[in-house]
Amino acid sequence: MIEARDLRKSFGGFEAVRGIDVEVPRGEAFGFLGPNGAGKTSTMRMVAAVSPPTSGRLSILGLSPIDDGPAIRARLGVCPQEDTLDNDLTVRDNLVVYGRYFGLPRTEVSARADELLRFMQLTDRAGDKVEDLSGGMKRRLTIARSLINQPDLLLLDEPTTGLDPQARHVVWDKLFRLKQQGVTLVLTTHYMDEAEQLCDRLVVMDGGRIVAEGSPLSLIRQHSTREVAELRFGVGEHEALADQVADLAERVEVLPDRLLLYTQDGEGTLARVHERGLNPVAVLVRRSTLEDVFLRLTGRTLVD
Amino acid sequence: MATTLAPGRATMVLRQVDYWITVYRRTWKGTAVFSFLMPLMYVGAMGLLLGEYVDRSGAGAARLEGAASYLAFIAPGLVAAQAMQIGADESMWPVMGRLKWHKTYYSMIASPLSIGDVVTAQVLYSLFRVGLSCGVFLLVLTPFDVYESGWGAVLVWPVSLLVGLAFVTPVLGFSAGLSSEQGFALIYRIGVVPMFLFSGAFFPISNLSEPLQWLARATPLWHGVELSRMLTLAQLDLSMAAVHVCYLVAVGALGWWWSVRRLTRRLVI
Ligand SMILES: Nc1ncnc2c1ncn2[C@@H]1O[C@H](COP(=O)(O)OP(=O)(O)O)[C@@H](O)[C@H]1O
Ligand SMILES: [Mg+2]
Repeated sequence: MIEARDLRKSFGGFEAVRGIDVEVPRGEAFGFLGPNGAGKTSTMRMVAAVSPPTSGRLSILGLSPIDDGPAIRARLGVCPQEDTLDNDLTVRDNLVVYGRYFGLPRTEVSARADELLRFMQLTDRAGDKVEDLSGGMKRRLTIARSLINQPDLLLLDEPTTGLDPQARHVVWDKLFRLKQQGVTLVLTTHYMDEAEQLCDRLVVMDGGRIVAEGSPLSLIRQHSTREVAELRFGVGEHEALADQVADLAERVEVLPDRLLLYTQDGEGTLARVHERGLNPVAVLVRRSTLEDVFLRLTGRTLVD
Repeated sequence: MATTLAPGRATMVLRQVDYWITVYRRTWKGTAVFSFLMPLMYVGAMGLLLGEYVDRSGAGAARLEGAASYLAFIAPGLVAAQAMQIGADESMWPVMGRLKWHKTYYSMIASPLSIGDVVTAQVLYSLFRVGLSCGVFLLVLTPFDVYESGWGAVLVWPVSLLVGLAFVTPVLGFSAGLSSEQGFALIYRIGVVPMFLFSGAFFPISNLSEPLQWLARATPLWHGVELSRMLTLAQLDLSMAAVHVCYLVAVGALGWWWSVRRLTRRLVI
């Protein structure tokens, strides 16, 4: 569905995407995970055939975005990072009007709009103006709109950024259903839980480059340990204490507010920390996540 | 997948009709008052009340390019100015709204529509608004004895569309590159208002000094006013009419090209 080779994007003198290789087969849920400024949106806009690549090769649905932009866009669903809903129009009109851009007959668009409103649980808001909707509802409407042409490929740029936890779970549920229906999903996110929940495979992006690629599980296996023991000491003590526990874990990361001990057995490691007479203010044993993978690969956290 | 013939430009423009219908449904009430009442106020204040003084002063047909009354002289100017006003307005705040506040253009170009298709549909809608309000205006003027011939009265309507076009597209191009709506004050101060006052709508430009006359002749509104007046006064000069038509069409076409270019620079990055 997507094939990119050494894809680059520059804005003036600044290179936002610095040569990435990506391949997404049909039916996959693929993710770009990376912090703000990693180049995710720049990449997505190139894939959406609205932003011409600066260099490199890019093929979407077997077509070139430069020569066949309209033909590609006819088969894409796009949920941009910033909602581009028409605030003056009603919820339903946003869908109907948009469906017409794809050349769908009025009766068809009308039926699909009703179906999508039901799917996104927006039926009772159909006649309301968009500006009266909550953030989560707007997001669901944007996703509904991106589905109006029954796209072969659905692009979602940060589908749940800015939503409260409850609204995020509703969106995740909808995306999960789409995934089960076999829709090819490509999404960007800086939430590792979102990537873990939704993506079959993902790339970790940082500074315009891909730093790792694989399934969430394989990435964690490859770049982190099974478990992590988090130790919180007094402010400013972490750096000094890191040496004292260094031999208790495969790897120790020092964050401003805690120590992360990477180990196969979190509880065991914790017990040995206590044996040394160290008494953290707070402790937590958890499984490794993509956040740990990112920390490992870049030395920074995903969300700051 | 079998390659199907790409849809033509006209098809792509037609696909946007439903959008523009929703826009019109939402806005017609607000614009109806403005676009029908304002010209009537001008007719009343300037054509009838001020006109009474002008006509009594004995300016006469000779000074008013052969018009039987001051109202008959300014009526075509008012219609052309109305076309300018509506055309320019449609290309200002609504365009900024689609760029900045609703980002409608961004969503449109994420669909199969191209920027050219988007601009064309927007221009056609603006001309629809120009045509509607100028059409009503021209009808309202009928009882005031301002038309010297039936064919002139009919032909002045398409001319109002041409005048509208000559403002819709250049202003759209201007707005497409603006980062804030403050630039619109500029359009009014150095464009719309001076043209309204000095492009021959209210007095023959021969009253102006020579350099100012040439300046007035360079404005699209002057060409629109002159052409409209030829028609309502039934004093057609074919070669001058051709010049006016070509000028207005050229400005409209250049403006279209400029709009597409500026909008592309803005949206395709
Ligand atoms: N239109 C633009 N002009 C200049 N710089 C840009 C533009 N768009 C993005 N950038 C820069 O490119 C980098 C990557 O941005 P973006 O692709 O939006 O990252 P992400 O979506 O991962 O947060 C950022 O440093 C951003 O400031
Ligand atoms: Mg982004």
